[in-house]
Amino acid sequence: MKLIGFLLLLSGWGIVLAALRMLRGNATPIFILAGVIIEIIGVVLVAKGHLSVVKEDR
Amino acid sequence: MTEALYLASGLLALSLFLMPLSITGLALTNVGMGRSRSASHAMTSSLCVIAVALLVFFACGFRISGPFGLSYYDAGILQPTSTFFFMGMAPADLFTATFGMFAAALCSLIPLGAAADRWRMSAACVSTVLLAGFVFPLFGRAASTGFLAGLGPHLNFEGGFSDAGGSGFIHVTGGLSALSVAWLLGPRRGKYSNEGLPAAVPAHDSILVLFGCMLAWVGWLGVNSAGAMLTRRAAPATVIVAAIDTTLSACAAALTAAAVTRIRFRKPDASLIANGWMAGLVASSAGCATLKPATAVLTGLVAGALVVFSVEFLEFRLKVDDPCGSVSVHAVCGIWGLLAAGIFSDVSGQFMAQLVGVATLLGFIFPMTYFLNWLLNKFIPYRVSIDGERQGLDLHELGADAYPEFVVHTDEFVQR
Repeated sequence: MKLIGFLLLLSGWGIVLAALRMLRGNATPIFILAGVIIEIIGVVLVAKGHLSVVKEDR
Repeated sequence: MTEALYLASGLLALSLFLMPLSITGLALTNVGMGRSRSASHAMTSSLCVIAVALLVFFACGFRISGPFGLSYYDAGILQPTSTFFFMGMAPADLFTATFGMFAAALCSLIPLGAAADRWRMSAACVSTVLLAGFVFPLFGRAASTGFLAGLGPHLNFEGGFSDAGGSGFIHVTGGLSALSVAWLLGPRRGKYSNEGLPAAVPAHDSILVLFGCMLAWVGWLGVNSAGAMLTRRAAPATVIVAAIDTTLSACAAALTAAAVTRIRFRKPDASLIANGWMAGLVASSAGCATLKPATAVLTGLVAGALVVFSVEFLEFRLKVDDPCGSVSVHAVCGIWGLLAAGIFSDVSGQFMAQLVGVATLLGFIFPMTYFLNWLLNKFIPYRVSIDGERQGLDLHELGADAYPEFVVHTDEFVQR
C-alpha cells in the first residue's frame, strides 16, 4: 500500500508537470487540481500503509 | 555604490545576523519538549546537525541551490554566482549564500523534533548531509530561480511561485523529512498501549519551550526580512511590512491555539500554545513580502487552529509519534502558509502557482526524502537500542546526564 501511495504521489506530480508543459488556457488549472487530488490520495495510502506497520509491530 | 544600496546592504546584513536566533529558538523548543533523560543529547545533536548543515551547504549545497533570488542586484552592479566552497565569489554575493546556509541549518533541525528521544546522533548527522546538501538546495533552486519561480508565462501572471521566507523550501521540506524519519523510527517505547491509545508524554521543561518561541520570533524577523529582500524584491522601506506580518501572524496563531485548547481541554495547553506560536511564524513566511497585515492575522488564526487539530490527528489517528509537533508545525502549517499566500494575493493565478509548489513538495520532495532516509536506515540504523531508550539517550550516547542532580529516571510514562 505504501509503495502504491508513493507511486501515486509521483504520478500526481507528473500530471502537474505535464499540464504545465503541454496545456495552455483553462485546461491547465483543471489538470493541476487533478494532479494534487491524486497526490492527496497517495498521501492517504502511504499513511494507511504506515498505520498497518505500526499495528503489526504492536 | 549608491546610498540606497548601502542602506539595503546594511539592512540585509542585520536581517541575516538575526537568522541564527530562529535556529536557536527551534533547538530550545525541541529540547524542552523532549524528555529530561535525553535533553543533553537533544541539544548536542542540534549543535552537531547545525554544524553539519552549515558545512555541507558551504561545500556543495549552494552550488545546487544557486542564489536565492537575483533581484537584490538588479542594478547590474553585481551578479550572484553559486560555486562549490563559495569559491570565487565577491563579498557582496555572500549575502544570498549566507541566507541559504542559515536556512539549510533551520531546515535540518526540524526532523530532530519529530525523532526526539530515539534517533541516534550519528544517524541524524548523516541524514542532515542529504537534507542540507541535496534535498533542501534542490527545492530551494526550484522555488527561487528554477521552474517554480518561472511559472508566470504558464499561468498568466508575472510573479511565479511566492515563498519569500521559506514556508516551502525551509519548513515543508524539513517537515516532510521529519515525517519520513518519524515513520521510519516508529513510536517511542511505551507511547502506545496494546489497544493503540497514546500516552501523554509532557514536555520536560515548558520554560525552555516558551523561551525558545520568543527567541524564534526575533530570528524569524530576520529570516522573513532577508527572504523578502532577496527573493521578492522588497525595498528596504517595505521590509517592515514583512516584520509586521510575521509578528501579527504568530500572535494570532498563539491566541487561537490557546482558545482552542481551552475549549477542548478546559485549560490552555502550554506546549500547544508554543506550537501555535511557531505555526504562526511558519505560516507567515511564504507571504511575508506580499500579505497585508490583516490577511497575515487571518493566516495566523487558521494556522493556530490547524496545528492543534493536526497534532491530535497525527497522534491519535495516524499513530505518528512526533514529540515536538514538528510535522504539524512545519509541514502542515507550512503548506497552509504557501496556500494562504495564494488565497490572499491580489494577483490572479497566484493560487495555482502556489498549488504547483505544494504539488512539487508532496509529489517529488516527500517520496525522495522518504526513499533517501529509508536507504540510509538500511546502512546506519536510525533507532537506538531498547536498552538505550530505557536508559535515556544522555547516558547511552553521551555518558552523562543533562541534570545529574535530578530525580532518578523511571519509566513513569510507560503504560503497564
